[in-house]
Amino acid sequence: MNLSIFVIVPLLMLLGLWLARNDKQVRGVMVAGASVLLALSIYLVFAFLEARETMPADQAPMLFTYPCVPWFEPLHINYSLGVDGISVVMILLTSIIVFTGTFASWQMEPMKKEYFLWFTLLSIGVYGFFISIDMFTMFMFYEVALIPMYLLIGVWGSGAKEYSAMKLTLMLMGGSALLIIGILGIYFYSGAQTFEILDIAHHTNGAHAIPESVQNVFFPLLFIGFGILGALFPFHTWSPDGHASAPTAVSMLHAGVLMKLGGYGCFRIAMFLLPAATHGFWIKVFLVLTTISIVYGALSACVQTDLKYINAYSSVSHCGMVLFALCMMTETAATGAILQMLSHGLMTALFFAVIGMIYHQAGTRDVRYLGGLMKIIPFLSVGYAVAGLANLGLPGFSGFVAEMTIFVGSFQNADTFHRVCTIIACTSIVVTAVYILRCVGKILYQKVPNPKLEKLHDATWDERIAVAGLIACVAGLGMFPLWAEKIIMDAVGPIFSVIM
Amino acid sequence: MNYSQFLNMFPEASLMVVLLITFIADFCSSKNSDRQWFNPLVCLLMLAHICFNIYPTEAAEAFGGMYTTGPAAGVLKTILALGTLIVLVQAKEWLSRKDTAFKEGEFYMLIISTLLGMNMMVSANHFLLFFLGLEMASVPMACLVAFDKYRHHSAEAGAKFVLTATFSSGVMIYGISLLYAACGTLYFEDMANVITASPLTIAGMVFFFSGLGFKISLVPFHFWTADSYQGAPTTVTGYLSVVSKGAAAFTLCAILMKVFQPMVEYWTVLLYIVIVLSITIANLFAIRQSDLKRFMAFSSISQAGYIMLAVVGNSAMSVTALTYYVLIYVVANLSVFAIISSIEEHNNGTVQMDSYNGLYKTNPRLAFLMTLALFSLGGIPPFAGMFSKFFVFMAAVQGADIHTTLGGWAYGVVFIALVNTVLSLYYYLLIVKAMFIKHSDNPLPTFQSAFSTKLALAICTVGIVAFGVCSFVFDWISVAANA
Repeated sequence: MNLSIFVIVPLLMLLGLWLARNDKQVRGVMVAGASVLLALSIYLVFAFLEARETMPADQAPMLFTYPCVPWFEPLHINYSLGVDGISVVMILLTSIIVFTGTFASWQMEPMKKEYFLWFTLLSIGVYGFFISIDMFTMFMFYEVALIPMYLLIGVWGSGAKEYSAMKLTLMLMGGSALLIIGILGIYFYSGAQTFEILDIAHHTNGAHAIPESVQNVFFPLLFIGFGILGALFPFHTWSPDGHASAPTAVSMLHAGVLMKLGGYGCFRIAMFLLPAATHGFWIKVFLVLTTISIVYGALSACVQTDLKYINAYSSVSHCGMVLFALCMMTETAATGAILQMLSHGLMTALFFAVIGMIYHQAGTRDVRYLGGLMKIIPFLSVGYAVAGLANLGLPGFSGFVAEMTIFVGSFQNADTFHRVCTIIACTSIVVTAVYILRCVGKILYQKVPNPKLEKLHDATWDERIAVAGLIACVAGLGMFPLWAEKIIMDAVGPIFSVIM
Repeated sequence: MNYSQFLNMFPEASLMVVLLITFIADFCSSKNSDRQWFNPLVCLLMLAHICFNIYPTEAAEAFGGMYTTGPAAGVLKTILALGTLIVLVQAKEWLSRKDTAFKEGEFYMLIISTLLGMNMMVSANHFLLFFLGLEMASVPMACLVAFDKYRHHSAEAGAKFVLTATFSSGVMIYGISLLYAACGTLYFEDMANVITASPLTIAGMVFFFSGLGFKISLVPFHFWTADSYQGAPTTVTGYLSVVSKGAAAFTLCAILMKVFQPMVEYWTVLLYIVIVLSITIANLFAIRQSDLKRFMAFSSISQAGYIMLAVVGNSAMSVTALTYYVLIYVVANLSVFAIISSIEEHNNGTVQMDSYNGLYKTNPRLAFLMTLALFSLGGIPPFAGMFSKFFVFMAAVQGADIHTTLGGWAYGVVFIALVNTVLSLYYYLLIVKAMFIKHSDNPLPTFQSAFSTKLALAICTVGIVAFGVCSFVFDWISVAANA
């Protein structure tokens, strides 16, 4: 199948939104487009599985590579697309979030049309990033995904939105400044005269073409550049402010998908193309930093009183786990990392969706002013409880599968340094339980602190679609994780054969 | 004398024809009548000029090698002409005002003669012709800056421009005389053969460099920029910031790579210092501006730094990246100036940033186009600015070896430039924030811009959107630069 369709459909949606005359048409375009994208992603998963059956496991790490179109020929820049198992699950994740996000922002006011225009532009960036295998194209889509955030948060956000929007945009653009240096470094030193990831990786047997001393210079730049988006400590500070100020669907898409661009890029570009550096000094530094991310994020979440801040710090902790697992350098841990990306994307989207809906109703997100919601708005409360339980890694939900795989994979490293880091990271599981259960207990079950809360309405039908869809996905992935694990391991293997 | 060599100067010749027709038209029509046809006539002539020159010319020379032309220079001349055309189109609204309408013809003639001067400068192969071209571009420019002469600011800006322009010319001609003393010739090719790094030639090069540095307004030669840009009529500011700057940057690039090739390690260091200073200082100053024209002045100084970054690479790729950057910069910056000028006309001449608060509510299209242009200037994809910035960075580190000092610094300078893109994005976003997020108690009322302004904006916006994604524009330049 031609992968460009994942960019063309949102482009058509942009056109449709531009032509739409009223709210009804805007919603119509969004629902139609998001459904088509979801259907296409599901089809892609099945087509991918089918195509995988017919070829040996160690062959063809990329599938559906579209014959690359020369773009800027003098500079050897191509528009080349391709997906492997990792990208396939990420595309599926994006489609789920875009679909549910559309319903979660059903009642967005004011300027619904403009809101969805930027929202769709954001999704173009994300899809484009996951389907391209040319570093330049990938980088271009990466930046396309960053900039709509400024207006989405600045115009439609809440709280200190102007500050958060600016902070988020500038920090992420700072990250992409590091990326450009890294990409140019790889391009000029690889000797392959191309931006295409696979060609560089397989040019003269992997990236041995790039001297190790050079790899050690560019590896930290690339890893930090992508790490900023993946909330790597100490560059995570944009994330709590940004997520707390963003409107619901934007928080969902951003925490759910955009932060995964960071982990994906670290794995696909930094580690895959600079393999010698992954055995060096820097990977240990990053391991320590990610361990700090995990524990620090969890501890910070404990002292927050704003529901969105709690979840934002929890995201720092969970996304830290993705990078942590990648730094562990075992195949199992890396599989866990991708699973965690998928699982965290789903559950954090569910979390933000429910929080946004509660906030929309109650007018506050402060834990101290909420209570007894289970009796008043049972549907949203159940959604919140499910998100919480998935977040703390209850078996049966997706979080458990991912974290289990990560920690098992991490423990495969026998030396003391890795063991100590793993044990420290494991403590976050307990801390996560503390802040989640405290929150669930306080806002769902205690006495109603304010009589005004008695008058809240439960979720409307559009909100129910969003929440129910996400719960189904979280539980589905938790109970049937094998297909995802199979697809992912399939893709992680060939990458690791280059790295190790 | 062989008159057929004039045919090699086709771009200049056709521009001369445009100038003459404009002159005759102005001369033969009554200045008191309503000359609605005048602006379209000049624009069509300019368009014809561009169409005749769109195919890159073959390499050729005239006047015993004083004048040379090649595909790269030809492409740049076409780009400059395109910039001038956009300026002419957007000038209509301002020129039809009562206090300027009677001198409409003068405006066209002055602007076309500066373009002619720049063409000469770009094609020079001898320092004297180069100097003549430079002066021919500078002197009418001073008249343009002071065009609104009864406005205090404009006269002040004109005086400032004249003084700094003559001063920089003086410094430059002194540098050229030192070079003549060292080499005994002023032909570029002959100089390249005999020039070696000695205190005399280094001093000559530095003086020459500072002279052109004034024109490109690189730090530390930038002090005139903010005042002149603020005082000049907005349309002229737009012209000054893109066309004049682009021509000077291309010439500097060509001369550094052609004449001073044996002294490459000296001018590379010089460029590193000037680029880092230009980009950083201009960005820091831009943040504090509240007058949009001053703001764009500092923004254009930092953009000049990015343009010069391409030269660091010292290869054919540098010429390509520089020319491409100039093209993208022309459309993006002129788009911003068209909007500033249009709002100025409908807002009693204010260009304060506060007056843009809540612009999206009342004039959504204008605000949207402004956002696109600012994103392009800030280097956000999918707009063309990101492509041109990326290629400039690519040109700068091409061939640099990170293990050597100079090569390491090439990466270092690109890194500093990249950090500065974040800084520049901050202040571009300040305008976006004013238009989309801030609320105003008395926002600018909804208005319709003149047709000419809309046309200019349409051309610019097509450029911003298409010149990046559609790679044939880049190919066109690349083919010419590598020929």
